[in-house]
Parts: sequence; structure tokens; C-alpha cells
Amino acid sequence: MAEKHIARSKYDRFFFIAGLAVLVLGVVLKLCQSMPAFRRIYDLPVFLMLIGAVTALKGFLAFSKHHEGTVVLSRKTFGAFLTNNAILLAMLVLVVIICILQPRFMQIRVALDILTQSSTRLIIALGICFTLLIAGTDLSAGRMVGFAAVISASMMQTATYSNRFFPDLPQIGVWIPIIAAIAACMVFGALNGFLVAKYDMHPFIATLAVQVIIYGTCSLYFDMPPNNSQPIGGVRPEFAALGQMRIFAGNGFQGISILIPIAVVICVIIWFILNKTVFGKNVYAIGGNREAAVVAGINVFACIMCIFILASCLYGIAGVLEAARTAGATNNYGNGYELDAIAACVVGGVSLNGGIGKVSGIVSGVLIFTVIQYGLQFINVSPMWQQVIKGVIIAVAVAIDLTKYRRK
Amino acid sequence: MSEYVLEMRNITKTFPGVKALDNVQLKVRPGTVHALMGENGAGKSTLMKCLFGIYRQDSGEVLLDGNPVKINSAREAMDNGIAMIHQELHPIRFRSVMENVWLGRFPGLMGVVDHKAMYDKTKELFEDLGLSVDPLALAGEQSAAILQMMEIARAVSINAKIIIMDEPTSSLSDREVDFLFRIISRLREEGRAIIYISHKMKEILQIADEVSIMRDGQYVGTWPALGLTTEEIIRQMVGREMTNQFPPRTGAPSDEIVLSVRNLSSPLKKSFQDVSFDLRKGEILGIGGLVGAQRTEFVEALFGLRSIESGAVTKDGKAYRARSPRDAKAHGFALLTEERRATGIFGILPILENTVIANQKNYARMGVLDERRRVREADAGCKGLNVKTPSLNTLIQDLSGGNQQKVLIARWLLTNSDILILDEPTRGIDVGAKYEIYNIMLQQVNQGKSIIMISSEMPELMGMSDRIVVMCEGRVTGILEKGQYSQEEIMRLATMFAGPRKNAEDHPAAD
Repeated sequence: MAEKHIARSKYDRFFFIAGLAVLVLGVVLKLCQSMPAFRRIYDLPVFLMLIGAVTALKGFLAFSKHHEGTVVLSRKTFGAFLTNNAILLAMLVLVVIICILQPRFMQIRVALDILTQSSTRLIIALGICFTLLIAGTDLSAGRMVGFAAVISASMMQTATYSNRFFPDLPQIGVWIPIIAAIAACMVFGALNGFLVAKYDMHPFIATLAVQVIIYGTCSLYFDMPPNNSQPIGGVRPEFAALGQMRIFAGNGFQGISILIPIAVVICVIIWFILNKTVFGKNVYAIGGNREAAVVAGINVFACIMCIFILASCLYGIAGVLEAARTAGATNNYGNGYELDAIAACVVGGVSLNGGIGKVSGIVSGVLIFTVIQYGLQFINVSPMWQQVIKGVIIAVAVAIDLTKYRRK
Repeated sequence: MSEYVLEMRNITKTFPGVKALDNVQLKVRPGTVHALMGENGAGKSTLMKCLFGIYRQDSGEVLLDGNPVKINSAREAMDNGIAMIHQELHPIRFRSVMENVWLGRFPGLMGVVDHKAMYDKTKELFEDLGLSVDPLALAGEQSAAILQMMEIARAVSINAKIIIMDEPTSSLSDREVDFLFRIISRLREEGRAIIYISHKMKEILQIADEVSIMRDGQYVGTWPALGLTTEEIIRQMVGREMTNQFPPRTGAPSDEIVLSVRNLSSPLKKSFQDVSFDLRKGEILGIGGLVGAQRTEFVEALFGLRSIESGAVTKDGKAYRARSPRDAKAHGFALLTEERRATGIFGILPILENTVIANQKNYARMGVLDERRRVREADAGCKGLNVKTPSLNTLIQDLSGGNQQKVLIARWLLTNSDILILDEPTRGIDVGAKYEIYNIMLQQVNQGKSIIMISSEMPELMGMSDRIVVMCEGRVTGILEKGQYSQEEIMRLATMFAGPRKNAEDHPAAD
């Protein structure tokens, strides 16, 4: 392919027009859907309209800003595009294949399901990304999720439920157990941070120790009489609503899970913290070069403490949401979530060497995993094969990501 | 057989922006100790690294016993009978002494190590050298002297004809030095050649047979050690002309004392001890000395990075002791560290972040950053220092060393510190950028700031400083006023303790 230079404005205009074309195609398909031949495309027209509208809007915005310069189209830039987006592209290919094999996949309902399933995972991944950004890790994340779930569910049972955790507990406000659960996690987060910041312990070991401590503590709590390690059930409906409520439901539309807006809000908050606050900048600085951060006068101790406490706060939120969504809890909730979260972060471009990682990357990392998992289930791939595929994705994604840096 | 066991001819080596070696030659006879001398940065280490296969010279040839060889790796160097004992030894601390000696060449069959043979061979080697160390002892538990002997044993075990020793006595006691010298004499008698790099005149005159001197990447000459004097060696080492590479100094320091340091000592006995001096407002105070003079350690302690055992620091009339760099920053100190890459830049972050990182809090309200102000001040800071970059979003690791250094200076100027500590501010920077940095320094002192500058480059030290504090082995050996100093005098003070180490009691504070 020969090298081709295109003016930036022309490039942006192309996106605008292409987006419009896809939008129009979607509208046309929607109109044709009453014909029996087009029955089997399900919600494809709506997706096309959405994709078209977003592309057109992006193109329009870029175009209206009047960027200078040219865009180079060549074999090299094409190759760079492929490696930079390899996993996303692979996911797209997979989605197309699934859609052909099983057209029912093309439904708004499916997309919303995927987003709902991604929500709590995303919250955990956003917490863990802070610890990855300082070249650390957090193995206690999953157990903290379980701990928060058990604590919140234990205090939120209906008065009439036969097997109550606290038989004499009055019907307290919903916010009390939520705060208690999150605060309990933050105590352990502070312990994580203290071990790492004060003793310069490797986060892998510090959080491994804390993980075990949390599981033990959680099990002791769970085993208290009269509960004696029975799964907690009979959760009050106003608490369960936190994870099960659907907004905009009705008129044949099943509604949007409340988890999605919660995850979006947390996402925005984390993005803000990472990009717009002193704390966020210090996180990147410590991850980029800890020694230099010390010399620059950054309070590394306080920063590391904050990182682990903030992360545990997010795990706590995720735990409460899990308990609400499933209307129950056991001490085994959250087991292994930290590894899924780390994998999603890494696939989303967060470097385990610290200092590199974006919220957008983590969002796509989490989505990729959910889409692939959901999609493979949808076309009845065996769970064993799903595991193999998941592992391959992690290895390939990181390998591609690293070659990107090695080229420099 | 050739007269020389080693001949290096017309070796030239260039690094980006720097000609480290320019047509250098070195001829070493078998069975001699050949001292290689020169100031810091004269190119001694680079030359040895070319010989040892760590660097590849651009041009020139290496002959062993008269036969030209090409050495591409340390392994090939060792196969050719060359061994190098580095100044800083990095043994594998948690393995035994013998495993360290035989690392990479474990005796055995098909990957199975024969520990018995290894033990016996090590024992034999050690006995040969008169060393009574258990081969099974952990390397990490041995003294620096023993580790050095271990390295020498390793060199003997590969039957090295040429053994390079880089500052071998820098961490040895007098008795250990004597022992080392006995072993060196032995190796010499066995017909091996020793290339001995050291700054210590007394040692050189005591042990060396021949002395080669380098200066600014060039070969000065080779003399028999017999008949050489310390003064002659120093004259040859520094004997260059000063050229007009510094901007003219306008203005003069005031008499107001902003910082006074009294008898500052590190808890580590080998580190800085009993350091005293005053810094005036608007003054550039140079700190001179050789590698190992503990200058960096001293300024790091001043900046709160290292602990202080005793002594007092007064800043603007008030007692000051930094517990952390944050503390030092709050008191108006700034430190440009020696190791730009390791402790200065955030390589994977853009210039913008690198510029504002130390001053972030001033751009924030309740922790939330004012992005516009950040960009504005970073832009002004970088433009003011003439940082050449396409944009503030460029990663700092993509800039040249000089521009990186300017970004780091901009970082500290933003904090509005009144005492700038610059540790080797122009190391690894091309001449043009050096001149710009000198200009920035003068500009700052003319604005009433004060600068402490560590420099190992003699012309820079003499050209920029208003006064020079010379340190040697952790102590201040002299403070020279402008017009009072000469290269010879600084060199004399910097090598003062070439002989036995003095105690703090019989060495009065130079003040």
C-alpha cells in the first residue's frame, strides 16, 4: 500500500459522512423490518443507528474544531492501528461471527445484559487499577468484595425471615449496613497500604496476607451463632433494589439495570481523580519513577495509603452491590475476582510495571471479557473451552501490548 | 612473543554528543602493574569497557600478544584472558563464595554441578592466594576486601593474563590494602599484567611500574613510575587550557548568609563527616572532589534524603533539619539529582507532568487541579529555559539529555526555591546546552537565589563557582575563594587523604 496523505479536515469529514450513511442504513432497515425477510435481524437497525450517530457526531466535532495537519495512510500506520486495537478488533470479529451463528445476539436486551454484568467487575477493576498503576497489585480485592457482601446482607434481612443473622436487629436504614460494609473494607485497605508504605513490603505479599486475614475474619463473622455458616437470605426488598432495580422499564422494554448508571458514575469519578487531581497525578508519578517522586517532594507514604484505601472502598461498593443483586451472601462471594480484574486491566493496557493505564482502557478491558464470555455462552461453547479462550486472550493481548512499547 | 601483552591503538569511541575517547592508546607489558590515571570523565572507564567488550569502539584496534583480536562481550574478553574487577562489586549475596567464583563456568557434567570438585578447586585457589575463607560461606556476609579477593581468585581461575582493577582500594582499610598489594605483587611475579585505575597518588607510586595518563578522552602519555612525583602526575592530569566556555559573571554575591552548615556528620563513618561552610545570598558555591568524596551523599542529606547524625544547619537564621524532601522543599530547597534517569525524570510521562510535579499543590484547590494554570506555567517555564520540544505532551524520555535537564530545572524554578542544589548539572549534556544551563544559573543568582553546585568537571567548577568547597573522603579539605584556586590546588585538596585515613579528632574542620 502506497503512502497517502489526507488533510485532517477531509479525514474528519469522511467519518461524519460515513457515520451518517450508517445511520441512514439503520433507519432504512428499521423501516423494512416489518417485511418477513428482515425479521431475523432483531435489533440490528438500532445498533447501526447508534454506531452511525456516534461516528457522525465524533467526526462532526473533530471537523468543527478545525484541526490542522494531515493524516498519513500507509502500511505502517495501518499496522500500528492493527496492533493498537488488536483485541478490540478481535472482539468485533467474534461478535460478527456470533451474530451470524446466532442472530438473536443482536438484541438491545443482550447488550444491556452485558453492560449489567460488566458493572460490578468494572468497579473492582477500577479499584485494582490504582494498585497496578504504582507497579503493585491487590490480591485481597475478591475477599473484600465477599466481606462487604456478607456484612451488608447480614444486617438487611426482613423481620419475618426465619433464619436471621441478628434475630433482634430492628429494621435499620439501608445506608447503615452499606457504610458499615464499606468502612470494614477500608480498614483492611488501610492495613494493605500501611504494610506496603511503611515496611516497603511488596504489594503481592502484603495483600496476599491481608487476603487470608479477611477471609478468616469474614468466615468467623459468617459462622457466628445463630447463623453458623448458613447462606444469608431473606434480604429486604429495598436493599435488593440497589442491585435489581430497573429504570425506564415498561412498554415491552425490560428497563436498564440500576447497576449500569452506578458504574458509569463511579467511572466518571475515578477518571476525574486520575486525571484532574493532585492525588491522581501523584499515582502516575509514583508508578513512573518512585525515586524521582520522592525527590520531587511527593508524600509517597500518604499516597500509597490513599491508593489502597480508595481501592478497598470500591471493592466494598462492589460487594454491597453483589449482595443486593443476588439478594444474599456467603463467605465465598468474590472469590477470585481480583484475578479477573487484574486480567481486564492488563488487557485494557494497564502496565504491570506501573505508570501506564487509562480508565477508557480498563472499561474496554472489562467489556471485552464480558462480551466474549457472554457471547461464547450464547453460542453454547463449553465452559471448559471458555476458560482456555480467556487465558489465550490474556496472553495474546499482553504480548501485543508489549511489542507496542518495544518498538521504541 | 610481543613486547606488550596488550596494545590498544587509536581507540575512538563516541557517544551521542560526546567524544569519550579520541585516538587513545595503551601499551601494557607482561608482569607489570600499569596505572591508568585521569580525572573523572577522562575516559579511563570507557577505555576499559572497550577492552572488556562492554562497549564497542568506533575505530582502533586491540592486540593481545601482538595478535589483533575483536572482543564483543565480557565472555569473549574472559576467553581471551582478560578479567575485570569492578569498583562496585555485585556478588550474588545469597549464594556461597565458591558459586560466585565459578559462576557461569560451574565444573560438572551435562549440567549437573560437581560440588566436590568446585569446593576443592576453590580451596586450592584461595590457599594459593593466602586467603583463609570458607568456600561455602555466603558471599553476602563477606567484607568488601574478601569479595575483592574472591574476584581476584576468579580472575586467576580463568588464567587471566590481564587483570583490570578499577579503584580496588576505595573501600578497603589500610591493612586490607597491604594484603591486596601483596597479592598484586604475586600476580605480577607470575607474569600477569595488572591495569590499575586509581586516584590515590601514594598507592600509584607504591605499586605501579608504569603510569599512563588520560585527559578529556585523550591519551597524554606513559611514564615509568620510578621518578614520577605526585605534582607531576597532577600537572599532566589537569594540564589543559581553559577556554571561554562560560558566560561572563555579572553581579556578585552579597554578604548575607542564607545557609550555614556546621559540623554536619552522617551516621555512616565512611560517608560525609564534620562538614562546615556558609552559603551567601546570590552565590554559586561549587563543591569539588573525586568520585567517592561523598558530595552527593552530603547534599542528599541536606535535602532530607539521608539521615544526619550530628551537626547543625541554619537557614535564614533559623535552625533547619529536613526529615524528608517534602520538608526541604517547604523550606525553599531544590535538588537537581545526579542520576537524571533514576531519580529525576518520569520517563513515561509527558513534559507537562514532569515540569509541574513538584509544584502540583499550588495549582490545586481542594486537590482538584486547575488544568489551564498547569499548562500555562509549564509552558512558560519550559519556554523560559528554551526547552526544545514539539509540545508539552511529548514524553520526556524522547528529549535529549540537555532538554531533559532543562525541564528538571524548570520544575524546581516553579517551586520558587531560594537554594538550588545542582548535582552535576551538565553531566552527559552537549556543549550548547551546557552554556544555556550556565546562563540559567547566573540568571538565578542575579535574582538573589543561591546555588550549591557539585561538579566533577574542573573547568566548570572553576568557571562557574564564586567559591569552591573541596571534599575528600567525606571531609571538607579546603574552601577556596575566587582568584585563589588553581586546578593543581583543587586536585591536591581532593586527593589529600591518599595515604592512611585520618580520624575526625586530628582533622580540624576546615572553616
